[in-house]
Amino acid sequence: MIADQLPAWQIVIPMLAAPLCVLVRNSTAAWVVAMVANLLTLLNAWALFVQIRAEGVIRYALGGWAAPTGIEYYVDIANASVILLVSFISSVVMVFAFHSVRKTVLTGKHYLFYSAWMLCLTGLLGICITGDAFNVFVFLEISSLSTYMLIAFGQDKRAFTASFRYLIMGSIGASFILIGIGFLYAATGTLNMVDLAQRIPDAESKRAVLVAFSFLTIGLMIKSAVFPLHGWLANAYQQAPLVVTAFLAGTATKVSLYVLLRFFFSIFGPDYSFGAMLLNVVLLPAAVAGFLLMSLVAIYQTDLRRMLAYSSVAQIGYIIAAFCIASQAGLTAGIVHIFNHALIKSALFMSVGCIIYQVGHAHSRSFDNLFSTMPFTVSAFIISGLGLIGVPLTVGFVSKFSLIGASMEKGWWLIGAMVLVSSLFAIVYIGRVVEVMLFRKSRMETPHSVGSNEAPLMMLVPLYVLVAVSIWFGISGSTTLDVAGQAARALLGGYQ
Amino acid sequence: MQILGLYNYWIVIVLMMAGLYIMIARYNLIKKMIGLGVFQTSIFYLYISMGKVTGGSAPILDDNVTQYSNPLPHVLILTAIVVGVATTAVALALIVRIHEEYNTIEEDEIKAIEAAEHDS
Amino acid sequence: MNPLWTLVPPLAVIPFIILFGEKQRNLREASIILAGIVLLALNDRIYSDVMSGQVASSGELKLLANFSLKLSVEPMGVMFGVLASFLWVVTTVYSIGYMRGHNEKNQTRFYCCFALAIACVMAAAYADNLLTLFVAYEAITLSTFPLVTHAGNADSRKAGRLYLLLLMCGSIGLFLPAIIWISSAAGTLTFTPGGVLSDAGLSKGAATILVCLLVLGVGKAAVMPMHRWLPAAMVAPTPVSALLHAVAVVKTGVFTILKVIVYIFGIDMVSSTNAAQWMLPLTAFTILASSIIAFTKDNLKARLAYSTISQLSYIVMAGLLATSMSVTGGAFHIVTHAFGKITLFFCAGAIMVAAHKKAISELDGLGRQMPITMSAFFIGAIGIIGLPPAAGMWSKLLIAGGSLDGGNALWVGVLMLSTLLNIAYLLPIPLRAFFKPPSSDISEISEAPMPSLWAIVLTAMVCILLFFFPQPVLNLLGLIQWR
Repeated sequence: MIADQLPAWQIVIPMLAAPLCVLVRNSTAAWVVAMVANLLTLLNAWALFVQIRAEGVIRYALGGWAAPTGIEYYVDIANASVILLVSFISSVVMVFAFHSVRKTVLTGKHYLFYSAWMLCLTGLLGICITGDAFNVFVFLEISSLSTYMLIAFGQDKRAFTASFRYLIMGSIGASFILIGIGFLYAATGTLNMVDLAQRIPDAESKRAVLVAFSFLTIGLMIKSAVFPLHGWLANAYQQAPLVVTAFLAGTATKVSLYVLLRFFFSIFGPDYSFGAMLLNVVLLPAAVAGFLLMSLVAIYQTDLRRMLAYSSVAQIGYIIAAFCIASQAGLTAGIVHIFNHALIKSALFMSVGCIIYQVGHAHSRSFDNLFSTMPFTVSAFIISGLGLIGVPLTVGFVSKFSLIGASMEKGWWLIGAMVLVSSLFAIVYIGRVVEVMLFRKSRMETPHSVGSNEAPLMMLVPLYVLVAVSIWFGISGSTTLDVAGQAARALLGGYQ
Repeated sequence: MQILGLYNYWIVIVLMMAGLYIMIARYNLIKKMIGLGVFQTSIFYLYISMGKVTGGSAPILDDNVTQYSNPLPHVLILTAIVVGVATTAVALALIVRIHEEYNTIEEDEIKAIEAAEHDS
Repeated sequence: MNPLWTLVPPLAVIPFIILFGEKQRNLREASIILAGIVLLALNDRIYSDVMSGQVASSGELKLLANFSLKLSVEPMGVMFGVLASFLWVVTTVYSIGYMRGHNEKNQTRFYCCFALAIACVMAAAYADNLLTLFVAYEAITLSTFPLVTHAGNADSRKAGRLYLLLLMCGSIGLFLPAIIWISSAAGTLTFTPGGVLSDAGLSKGAATILVCLLVLGVGKAAVMPMHRWLPAAMVAPTPVSALLHAVAVVKTGVFTILKVIVYIFGIDMVSSTNAAQWMLPLTAFTILASSIIAFTKDNLKARLAYSTISQLSYIVMAGLLATSMSVTGGAFHIVTHAFGKITLFFCAGAIMVAAHKKAISELDGLGRQMPITMSAFFIGAIGIIGLPPAAGMWSKLLIAGGSLDGGNALWVGVLMLSTLLNIAYLLPIPLRAFFKPPSSDISEISEAPMPSLWAIVLTAMVCILLFFFPQPVLNLLGLIQWR
């Protein structure tokens, strides 16, 4: 009964929570509603994941309308794991949000904040779960619009301009995706992904498919912030409330990357995307330039949030580079890094959130000897930072090891070497901050403004949950690698 | 002849480029929004003209009609219009707030203010 | 016995160190010494197990699909484990005197990181495969970083930056690619007698490049041009310089190189493909160049640091010569150099605490005020030089013999020349202290605190004892399976 309807519940729960948050009005009550909905979503995602692993692909006809007419939800191991990841990150950050929102978001608007969050979650989950190309666009816009709102909740007035710039870029990206889907429909006469995958080989020679492919590529590159189309990301991550950044860093770009995978591998198929269309000629230089340049740029940032934002663009470069390898090993490495990076980056942003909560700013040069006042937060930052660098026993090592292994298997030695070089940049930008936090003696003219003790427990616990998970999967990396490997097989194998 | 016969697509392309150009080239935020509107509308045209079947009637069931236009693109575009309206609403709300905070909606002036504040 | 147990004492003592903190310093340091003695007992047990022919290994922890973390017992590792745990006890005793005498801050953090580093060294010593060794290697770098920057001033932070950058750049940029290459060529990273690469069909050029990646990538072995971090790290408190930068950290580097050459490449492969042809001259250059640089340094710790660089290259060279005799000599040199150099560093620290002197030119006449320290310094110096009655002689002899075994007398010449340089830069120090008249009034200076003095005497004694009784170590090394 309920087990049959899991794919629908996945969307319905957060979607219902959104208006409910508005109705209750009270800040704490809205948080409780959002939290409960989030936990239910997570539970549902876990059940779905277990079900997929036991029974294989689920094709769920929404409202009972069968595939070509109605909208179909298509769940396999690839999107089930992304759904699980998104729900998990959202739940953890939601716990973290309670205190942080009270302090940083305008009083009286909290219920709107949580409502927008729930809508955003709905959108992100919907993008993953749907099997209908146009539906992807709709959910994409749901998540994007609520994201613009969430970013505009930032404390500084620059949040508004950051949000507006993201809105312009995001709308262009989404419109490009819409155009692409339109051309695909014109060429094949269907919007269902499974049908599309079947019909595209016959329509490959049509110019409409080529145009669709180009528009989709650019649109998805904007949405997932692939260098050089990443301009919106740094401002948005810096100006948004830290909870939002922590949430988005682990989910939004990751979901876009998943859509990219779905379109390039399942729908167009790797032979078309990377064979006929030479996608790697376009994407690989962008990816490599992205992770090298952006790691370099990150070194020179004085604002911790901006530094981490540029590092995110660099990490997306790794993921794209892994996709370009377009082999089983490459795709596995890319998917595993989507997962691992989401954990690390959310944890990093959450620890920055704790710091901002207590210190009031994020200028990395003035965290003199922060370790003595906030040892737990700083330790979490250091551990996650080591993960970002890719030190053994952290998740970062698992991803980098498999990425380099995959590129060597393909014979792309240079790519492997460049990944290592950019890891060295990561040592520099993380190391600089850590050095200040640990060893620089406090100078008297910059006393820590507010309280100089630890953040509340409700912020530290979720932070450490993420850190613990990232260490767990760093030590037993084969768990995630297995799932990623199955997902890669599912994507490479096309629809059954 | 074939090129002229595709006139609807030519219109779409002209509108699309015009909209994109306005969004990129204008500093005024409201004008940017107008550009976005033009851009999105051009996509709506693209879908709608795609659904037209030569000689087909409007897709309303009627005994006298044998051939209908494809109704699906229309339905899709109905959704897209809603999305477009929502986007415009959010954007305009943001512009109002930006105007309150910066007293201007010219992007170059906003950038100058941000740069000045950042340095101080 | 399961080698995993050796990780327990150093890790278990950390909560106690934090618990006792600065308030109960005696209890804190007693707990460390207790842990050290337990660790030494465990290692001794493993030693006797190995000598009686039992080999144990721990369970596996699967890290990636077909690579896992695992510990197992192997003669070279046992030697390294016993050495490091013995010196940990001695250094802790010494630290008590030094750290208190010097009024260092943040002693709790210091002892915690120290214990953590020792746990990592144990993991490195008993690593069953290259991945485990790499993980331990990186962990050592990270856990010793706070020790280098201990003072927290601009100098030490700069040194810490250099330390982290050079070691991490080397290991991630060169060593890790080598590991991934080996794993893709051989399909396994497990240390296997005779090596895993002999059947992998690597060309001579590929093997040569791999050796280069290894020797340069393992920055802890401080082969030039990757040596800059070692003199810079001398800003750390002296016990750190003594145990970590003369024994644990740097020896992990050369130990890694020896392990890889013996159990991954296989000595036959290295010698038959002549894969070390580019690196041997580099080690020879390092030996001579750093000896000459040491000669020009007036700062005592800096001189010792450059001496360490030169001695480490002996061991790397011994590994690259790839004969069973030279590798045995290299492994033995790990022990003899460790005792010699730690004695010298202890003395340098004692001089700093008691006389507040850092420069060699200020030491004139100090021998009368600090006779025990300076005598120990003399013994340590002849140990490094390789004169009887100190154990350094045996290891140098073995390396030279191994070089002749491989049919190459050139490297023997390098060793002899370097020995002469050793004499020139080390022996003048104690001679100055004993025979030159003091330049200023030094009558108020007396010996260093008692705990430090005991440690100095103990290590100096071992230098001599190993000359007369080298058999326990050599018997152990005799158990290495070459093929």
